[in-house]
Amino acid sequence: MRKESRARPRILLVDDDPDLLEMYRDLLGQLPSGPEIHTATSGARAMALLEAEAFRLMVCDLKMPRMDGLQVLSIVRRTHPQLRTVALTSVLDEEFRSRAYALGVDLFWQKPASEEEIRMFLECLESLLGPETEGGFRGIQSKSLVDIIQLECLSQGSLVLRITNGKLTGKIWIQEGQLIDAETDGQNGEGAFHQILSWQAGHFETLPAEPSRPRAIAKPYNGLLLESAQALDESRTRLGGEGAGAAPASAPAGLSEIEGIEFVLAVQRGETSPRVARGLEDPKAMAAWARLSLASFRSLGEHLRAGPLEQIEALGPRRHVALASQGDLEFCVGWKPSLGAGQVRTLMKKVLALWAC
Amino acid sequence: MGLLSLFDKPAATLLRLPSGSFTVDCHGVLLIDTLPSSFPRVLLSDIAQQVLGVFRVAAAAQLPLTELNIRYASLKITAWGLRGGALVFLAPQGLTQEQLRVSDCPDGTERA
Repeated sequence: MRKESRARPRILLVDDDPDLLEMYRDLLGQLPSGPEIHTATSGARAMALLEAEAFRLMVCDLKMPRMDGLQVLSIVRRTHPQLRTVALTSVLDEEFRSRAYALGVDLFWQKPASEEEIRMFLECLESLLGPETEGGFRGIQSKSLVDIIQLECLSQGSLVLRITNGKLTGKIWIQEGQLIDAETDGQNGEGAFHQILSWQAGHFETLPAEPSRPRAIAKPYNGLLLESAQALDESRTRLGGEGAGAAPASAPAGLSEIEGIEFVLAVQRGETSPRVARGLEDPKAMAAWARLSLASFRSLGEHLRAGPLEQIEALGPRRHVALASQGDLEFCVGWKPSLGAGQVRTLMKKVLALWAC
Repeated sequence: MGLLSLFDKPAATLLRLPSGSFTVDCHGVLLIDTLPSSFPRVLLSDIAQQVLGVFRVAAAAQLPLTELNIRYASLKITAWGLRGGALVFLAPQGLTQEQLRVSDCPDGTERA
């Protein structure tokens, strides 16, 4: 794939209706950034264009014959992770909205039906065409998470931010410019807020405000943001040459404190020997099963267009095993059979969070 | 803006993620199902083959399993091993279906 080098951003429009494509081409040609517009009338053609040229943004209709929009977006998210994507639909359906966001689209938009909607649609597209930053959070307005928190608090706004970082999810509640609560992985309040800010990267979306949410954070937002920034700086200093965000090559120290773990395997994707193997006499056999299972169900998820594979819990009379991947590492963790499926799921999140820190 | 009517077009329907269950024997042959007929049978067969394959390889690796929970961003698949075959539950997950996330098992109970 060629790297995008031109000043004019490139947009790829995908729709099976040539008339609609022409209309979109005219509309998007009015954007202030003066984008270069390319069109494709099928998912397969879109894939070919993406392989041949670099694009900043893809706008894809959901309803298309043969390869539908969800399938296209599912493949594109994996093969072109930096490409910004917009799903267009005429279907007012929460399931499809939910699935599209689960696939990692930047924007899910019902086809505009009024001048005002077209204007808003074009504004959002222009925002998505903004310069790509290294790392950081990607939200629907291409601003950082800290930017959004500051903007909402300064403008006395009210909303809920839902943040996703791989398997981890969190929420931050802002009410009338006050940061009132945060929640992730069993934590809430200030602890959850700092935990979410420590992720450093991820994806977020805005949800309607929840005025009935009880206040659990008393500190002002700017104080909390400052504390998070300081904690992040200290963490980076400790990491030194390893580089922030890099997964540690050895098991994190806190692992032994998690109750119920029998063994841990961490395998670099594409490799056969585990990078970390604790508690197993024959880690290669278990690693092979884990790799096969993750690959099988990842492939099945693409066929079903069910979104990314988050986790597998395999329960048995002798032991339970949970499988998940995070970045380039695939994890296979054995658990005591006395634990329930829900407990395994929750504890596995803790394991992944330890690795992410 | 009369041109706006162009945004509406008749088109292929999108595949909905199914909610329901099905049972397959040890060869992956579908025995019974409660899934909508609109859901392609070939996809059911794909699910069955992957599930049975993972059960089999696990047993060969001295890891006998009774249940698999496969969690995608918008679908949860639960498979119970049944004498070489499997009983498979499919439950779409979505923002408006929080109640589906609450229960870890299709019958609302949690199996150890």
